[in-house]
Amino acid sequence: MSLINLFRIALRALQRNKLRAFLTMLGIIIGVASVIAMVAIGQGSKKSIQDQLSSMGSNMITIRPNSNVAAGARLDFSSVQTLKEQDIIAIKKQAQYINGVSPAVTQRGQVISGNLNWKTTIQGVSPDFLSIRNWPLSSGISFTDADVKTADKVCLLGQTVVANLFTGGENPIGKVIRFNTIPFKVIGVLAQKGENAFGQDQDDIVLTPYSTVQKRITASIYFQNIYCSATDQANTDKAVDELTSILRTTHRLKASDEDDFTIRTQAELINTFSSTSELLTVLLGAIAGISLIVGGIGIMNIMYVSVTERTKEIGLRMSLGARGKDILMQFLVEAILISITGGLIGIALGITSSKLITVFLKWPTLVSQSSVTLSFLVCAVTGIFFGYYPAQKASRLDPIEALRYE
Amino acid sequence: MSKKILDITELKRNFRMGSEVVHALKGISFDVKEGEFLTIMGSSGSGKTTLLNILGCLDKPTEGTYMLDGVDVKSLSRDALAQLRNHKIGFVFQAYNLLPRTSAVENVELPLLYNSSISAKERRERAMHSLEAVKLADRMDHTPNQLSGGQQQRVAIARALVNHPVMILADEATGNLDSKTSYEIMALMQDLNAEGKTIVFVTHEPDIAAFSSRTIMLRDGRIVKDYFNENKKSAKEMLAAMPATDDY
Ligand SMILES: Nc1ncnc2c1ncn2[C@@H]1O[C@H](COP(=O)(O)OP(=O)(O)OP(=O)(O)O)[C@@H](O)[C@H]1O
Ligand SMILES: [Mg+2]
Repeated sequence: MSLINLFRIALRALQRNKLRAFLTMLGIIIGVASVIAMVAIGQGSKKSIQDQLSSMGSNMITIRPNSNVAAGARLDFSSVQTLKEQDIIAIKKQAQYINGVSPAVTQRGQVISGNLNWKTTIQGVSPDFLSIRNWPLSSGISFTDADVKTADKVCLLGQTVVANLFTGGENPIGKVIRFNTIPFKVIGVLAQKGENAFGQDQDDIVLTPYSTVQKRITASIYFQNIYCSATDQANTDKAVDELTSILRTTHRLKASDEDDFTIRTQAELINTFSSTSELLTVLLGAIAGISLIVGGIGIMNIMYVSVTERTKEIGLRMSLGARGKDILMQFLVEAILISITGGLIGIALGITSSKLITVFLKWPTLVSQSSVTLSFLVCAVTGIFFGYYPAQKASRLDPIEALRYE
Repeated sequence: MSKKILDITELKRNFRMGSEVVHALKGISFDVKEGEFLTIMGSSGSGKTTLLNILGCLDKPTEGTYMLDGVDVKSLSRDALAQLRNHKIGFVFQAYNLLPRTSAVENVELPLLYNSSISAKERRERAMHSLEAVKLADRMDHTPNQLSGGQQQRVAIARALVNHPVMILADEATGNLDSKTSYEIMALMQDLNAEGKTIVFVTHEPDIAAFSSRTIMLRDGRIVKDYFNENKKSAKEMLAAMPATDDY
C-alpha cells in the first residue's frame, strides 16, 4: 500500500478519536517541550557564565598569596602577605608571555561628594589594569605610571559610584571627591561592566594608583592580588609556568618549599563553571527525557487499545487482501503520526516557553539546534519503538478470528 | 470439459470449544468447474458459512485437501493467501462487514487499496462503476449507518465485484433484499457468470437456487444432495414478468 494511503488511513483513524489522540500526544508534547526548555535553561546559564567570565578578559591570570607557607603556620587568608612591589618589577622585566601586569590593593570605605556619600570599594591598581580586565573608559583619561610613581590622588569612577554621587547628571570629570578624608580628583569614568558571574556589581568601584592606596590608606607594602594578562590565550600555560618560576625566585623559595602563591587562569575558571552547568544541562535533560519515555509508553498503551478496538476492521482488511505487512504499516504510521505531530507541537511549545522564561523570570536560555533535532529524532524513534509491538500484534491476527471478534 | 477451479476432498472442520468439539463439516468432497454457478443450500447451522470461508481462503480445514486452481491452498503462505483473496476472489459476507463511518464508495474501494498496480483515479472509477452495477450510484457518500440493511448488502456486493475476481463467493447475499432487488442481484450474478466468472452462492431460498446451474444441499456438515438444474431460470425474464407497480 502506498505511503499516501497509509497516511490517509492513519489520519482518518486519529480524527475519529480526536481527544484521545490529543491526550496521547500530550505526553510527547510535554516530554519534548520540557527537554527543549530544560536544555535551553542549562545551555543559557552556561553561555551567560562563559560570556561574563570572558568579559573579565579571557587572557587574565590572577595571582593570590597562598596560606600554605613553608613555616607550616596556616594563616588567615586576609593576613597572608607575600606579594610585593618587587614581584611586579621582576615580572615586568623577565616575563615574555605577559604583556600587562597590575597589583591590586582594595579597601572598603565611604566616598563623599558634596552632600552625597556612598559606601564602596577603592581598588589600587596600575594603568595596565584596564587592558587586563578588558575595561574601557566611557569618558576622561586613565592615570599613568607617573601618577603611580608620585602616588597621585587621582581616581576613575565606576558607573554605580557615578550614579550615586552625581545624581544631578553633572559631569564628574574634574570634580574632587573624598574617600574617607582623603580628597581624590576624578579624571575618568569607567564603562558599564554589569554584574560578574558571582552576581557582584563590578561598577561599584573607585580605581586609583596602587601606590596611593598603599601609602595613604592601607599603609602596607603588600598586595592582595596581582593581575596579569597573557600575550595570547594559547600562551596562558606557558605564562603560568614562567610566572611560577619568577615568583619562586623573588620569594627565595627552596626547591622543597611549596609555592606561597596561587596562580589561576581565566580559562580554568571558565572550565570549572562550564562543567558545572554542563552537569546541570545533562541532569535537566535526563529528567525531561524520562517524561518523553513516559509519553512513549502512553502511545504504546493507546495503540494496544486501538488494535483491540479495531480487531474487526483488521480482520476485514485482511480478508480483502491486506497482508500482515500492510496492517503493521497502518498502525505504525498511526503511532508515528501521533509522536511526530506531538513532537512538532512540543518543539514549538519548548521554544516558546524558553523565550517566556527569559522574558518573565529573566533567566538566560539558549535553544540549541541540537536539542531540537535530538528530541525530534527521539520522539520519532519513540513512535516507531512503542508503536511497533501493538502494530505487530495487529499484523499477526488471524483474519477469520479477527472478523468474528466482538 | 473445462478445468476444475475448486476441488475439495474429505474436507472436515472442527471447532474446539473448551472440552467440546463442534464438527461443523464432517467430510465434504466436490469440485466446481470454471464458469459454474453453484448454489449451496441448507438449514441454519448446517455448515454453509464454514465451508464458504474455507473456499474463500479465510479459514483452513482441519482435515482434507482444498485445491484452488490446481494449487494446494495448504502450501500457500499468509501473504500469498492475502494476494489470492485480493486478486482472484470476491467475497460477500453474511454480516456485510462494512467499515463503519466510512462512505459507501470508500468501502467499495477497500480491496483495491491493497493492489498496488491500481492508481487512485482508477480505484475511484472502478468503485463508482461497481456501485452503479448494484444501483447505488446515488448513495456513494453515505456511510453504512445511513443505509438500509439491503443497501448495505448491495454495497458489500459491489465491494466483491470491484477487483474483477475470477470467482465470487456470496454468503446469503440476497438474505435482506425484497424479491425484486433479489432478482436484480441475481440478474447481475447471471451476467457475471455469463462473462465466465465462477459463482458459489449460499442461500436459504429455493427460488434463488433456481437461477443457478447446480445446487448442493448440506445438512449437519454433510452433503445430502448435489444436482444440476435442468431448467435454469433467467432472472432478467423474471424481472420483466413482474408487475410494474412496486408494492409487493
Ligand atoms: N468459530 C466457531 N466456533 C465454534 N463453533 C462454530 C464456529 N463457527 C461455526 N461454528 C459452528 O459450526 C456450525 C456451522 O456453522 P455455520 O456458520 O457454518 O452455519 P451456516 O450454515 O452458515 O448457518 P446460517 O444459515 O445460520 O448462516 C454451527 O453449529 C456453529 O455453531
Ligand atoms: Mg451462515
